[in-house]
Amino acid sequence: MPTFEIFNLPDAGEGLTEADIVTWRIAPGDVIEVNQPILEIETAKSLVELPSPFAGVVSRLLVPEGETAEVGQPILEVDVDPDGEPAPDAAPAADAAPVADAAPAAAPEAHAAPASAPAEEAPEPVLVGYGVKAGKAHLRPRRADALEPVGGEQDVSSYPVLAKPPVRRLARDLGIDLTTITPTGPGGLVTREDVESHAKATSAQTLATFPGDDQPWLATGTTTNDGRSTRVPVRSVRKRTAEAMVQSAFTAPHVTEFLTVDATETMNLVARLKQDKEFAEVRVTPLLIVAKALLLAVKRHPEVNAAWDDAAQEIVYKHYVNMGIAASTPRGLVVPNIKDAHRLPLKELAVELQNLTLEARNGTLPPKAMSDGTITITNVGALGIDTGTPILNPGEAAILAFGTMRQQPWVHNGEIVPRYVTQLALSFDHRLVDGELGARVLSDVGRVLTDPSQGFVWA
Amino acid sequence: MAGGPLDTEGLVTLLDHHGRRQSDERFDDLASRLAPSDLRDMYRAMVVTRAFDDAAMALQRQGELGLWVQSLGQEGIQAGSGKALRASDYVFPSYREHVVAYQRGLDLPQMLRLFRGLEHGPWDPSEIGFHLYTLVIGAHTLHATGYAMGMDRDGRVGSGTEDDGAVICYLGDGATSQGDFNEALTFAAVTNAPIVFLIQNNQWAISEPTTRQSRIPLVHRADGFGIPSMRVDGNDPIAGYAVTSWALEHARSGNGPVLIEALTYRMGAHTSSDDPTKYRERAQEDYWRERDPIARLESYLTEIGEFPEEFVAEIEAEGKEMAERARTLVRSWPAPPATSMFDHVYAHPHAAVETEREWFERYESSFTDTEAAR
Repeated sequence: MPTFEIFNLPDAGEGLTEADIVTWRIAPGDVIEVNQPILEIETAKSLVELPSPFAGVVSRLLVPEGETAEVGQPILEVDVDPDGEPAPDAAPAADAAPVADAAPAAAPEAHAAPASAPAEEAPEPVLVGYGVKAGKAHLRPRRADALEPVGGEQDVSSYPVLAKPPVRRLARDLGIDLTTITPTGPGGLVTREDVESHAKATSAQTLATFPGDDQPWLATGTTTNDGRSTRVPVRSVRKRTAEAMVQSAFTAPHVTEFLTVDATETMNLVARLKQDKEFAEVRVTPLLIVAKALLLAVKRHPEVNAAWDDAAQEIVYKHYVNMGIAASTPRGLVVPNIKDAHRLPLKELAVELQNLTLEARNGTLPPKAMSDGTITITNVGALGIDTGTPILNPGEAAILAFGTMRQQPWVHNGEIVPRYVTQLALSFDHRLVDGELGARVLSDVGRVLTDPSQGFVWA
Repeated sequence: MAGGPLDTEGLVTLLDHHGRRQSDERFDDLASRLAPSDLRDMYRAMVVTRAFDDAAMALQRQGELGLWVQSLGQEGIQAGSGKALRASDYVFPSYREHVVAYQRGLDLPQMLRLFRGLEHGPWDPSEIGFHLYTLVIGAHTLHATGYAMGMDRDGRVGSGTEDDGAVICYLGDGATSQGDFNEALTFAAVTNAPIVFLIQNNQWAISEPTTRQSRIPLVHRADGFGIPSMRVDGNDPIAGYAVTSWALEHARSGNGPVLIEALTYRMGAHTSSDDPTKYRERAQEDYWRERDPIARLESYLTEIGEFPEEFVAEIEAEGKEMAERARTLVRSWPAPPATSMFDHVYAHPHAAVETEREWFERYESSFTDTEAAR
C-alpha cells in the first residue's frame, strides 16, 4: 500500500532556525530519486539546494514558494511505495492527518496558523555564535518533583550565574556582584546590557533637569497644579538612607556620650605632617588623626567593633576594621568604608581617606565600598557644627561624630588661654555595648587627640 | 587571477592536466615505483571517496548530519601522499582528508558518527595510524610534532628498516596563519622531529584567499625555520606520491622535518555551512575543474592501457554500495546517552568530571521528555 514519508526542513547550516522556500523543482505526481535536487532554500547564510532523502512519487508540497519555514517543519510528503496495494480507506488519511495539522500552507481549511508558525514577526537571521532570538527557545518539560528548579524561583546561591567572560570582567571592573543582576538573556544569561543598566541604576548619575534648574532633587518629581510643592518619589540613595536609618534607629537602642577635648596638639601634629615630605602628595586633616585615634581605641577595646545578629541571636565580633566615613555626595549621603583600616600605616590611611573622599565627591564609588563596614566616623565638624547624636550605620555597633575644631578659651596649665577645642560624640548599640565600654572608647579617642604621643604607647 | 595561486614557481608536476606524463629527474625514480595496480589503487581511493563525499553532503542537506566537510577537488594530493605512507607511519589529518582515511583502512561511513554529533572518536587511531579529526584549525600541528618527537625517542627513526616511521601532518593554507603552526615548525626544527607537514593549499581559508594571507608562496615559510621544503601540483596524484615519498624517507631516516606545499583547489564549499558563491568567481572554479585529479589519472591510465572496464565497474559498485550504506547506517544509529560525553575527558577517573556527571544526571532526570520517560 502507499507509504508516505515526510521530509522536515533540515538545518542546512549550523544553528539555523528557519529558511525561506525559494523554488520547488518538483510538483505533486513527479517521480523522484534519492538525492535528486528538489528545492532551493535561502537561509541566513546562503542559497542551498536540498536533495531528496526518498525515492518515490511526490504527494504534496507542504510549504509554498516564498514562505518561511522553521527547521523541523514538514515541507514535503512523498509516497515511497506507490506501486503497493491500495490501502484500506482510513489508513492514508490517518497517516496524513498530523501533517495537515502542522502544514497550514497546504491545507486551505487550516489557514489559522499554528502558534509555532512565524506569522507576525519578521524573519531574523540566526547565525552561529549569535544565539537564537529571545523567546525562540523551546523549554523542555520538567518533572513536578524536579530536584533543581529552573526559572523564576531559582535559588541563585546554588546556580552559577551565566555570563560571558567579557561581561564578567565588566561586572568585576564596576564592582558589581553578578548575582545581584536580573538577567534578561536567553536561558538566564546576564548580558552586557544587564550589567550596564544595573550599573546605571545603582551608580551616581547626572540628574536630568530643565535648563536653568539648579534644584536637581526636584528633577524626578511632579509639581502640584498650584506650583507650590513638588512630590518626588523616594528612590535610590534617599530611599536606602531612609530604610537604613529607620531600621537602625528602631532596632538598635542608641546611647550617645559626649566629650569635649583640647585638640591643640592634634592641630600641631597636622601642621607638622603637612610639612613632612612623606605626606607631600596627600591631604592631611584633623579627620585623619581622629580616624587613627579611633583605630587605636578599637585596638584596646575590640568588643566595640561588632554587630548584633538578631536572627541568629549572636554577637559577631569583627577581627578587622572597615572604617566607614559618612560622606555627602552629589546623590546624597553614603557611608563608604576603608577596607582593613587597622592594617594601614598613617600614610596609607591618609591616602585611602583622600581617595575615598575624592570618589565620593565624583560619584564614582563602587557599590562594594559601601558594604561590610564595621565602625563609622561622621565628620559633622566639616559643616561648622559642634556635635550631634549620630544614628548607627546598620550592622555596626558604634559611630563617632567629630565636631568642628575651633579656638576657645580653655584652662591650660592653670591659665585661661585660647586652645583648639572640639566635641566628640559616640553613639553605640546598647544591646552589645554598655555605657562603660562606650565611655572607655570615647575617652581613649579623646586622649589621643589631646596628646597624640599617647599613640606611641598604644600603637 | 583573483584568489588564484601566487605563482607556480618550483612546482613539481609529473602528470599534466591533460594526463600526459611529464619528466622531472629529481622524482622520476620515485614515481617509477608505482606499478599500474598502484595507480589504480589511487584512482579507486579518489573515486570511492568522492562518491561517499557526495552522499555525505546530501545527508547533511537532508538534515541527517550537523556538518559536512567535502574533500571534493583535493583528492589528488591526498591519494598520492596516502599511497606513500607505510603502516609504521602515523597521520594527523585536519578534517578533510577522507581519501587518506580510506587508504588507511577506515570504513568511511563510520566517520559520519562524528559529523552526526554522536561521538568525537568514531575510530581507534592507534589501530590504523590515522589520528582523529581536529576541527580547531592548526591545533593538531602541535600534537603531530609532539607525537613525532615521541617516535624519535622510541627509536622508531633512522634504523634503516621497514619499522622506521614518520608523522605526516595535513593542514590547509589557512592553518599556516595560526600561531600553533609556527610553534610546531619551531619545535619540529629544533628537535629534528620525523614529521612531514603537508599543506594542502586549496586557495581559500573559508572566504580568505591565500593571496591575502601571505606575501610569499607558503612553501617558503619553511626557509626561516631551516626546514627543507618542496612544492607540488596538488591535483597530480603521481607527483603527490613522489614528493611525499621523498619527504617521508627524509623524515624516517632521521634527517628531520620537511614541509610540502601542494597547490590544489577546494571545489566545494568550506563546509556545508558555507556558500562560496558569495566570495569567489565561477571562472576560477571552471579553471580548476579542468584540472581535476580524477580525470587526469583516468586519462593517463587509459593512455597506457591500464584502465579495464571491469575495474571501472567494480569501483563504481563500491562507491554506490558505500553511499547506500552511509544513508542506511546514519539513520539507524541511536543517539548515545548524553552522559557519554564525560567518558573520555580523562583517561583515569577524575573527581571534577564525576561531580559534573552526577549533576548532569540529576538535571537530565528532572525532565519528563527523556529517553527513559518516553
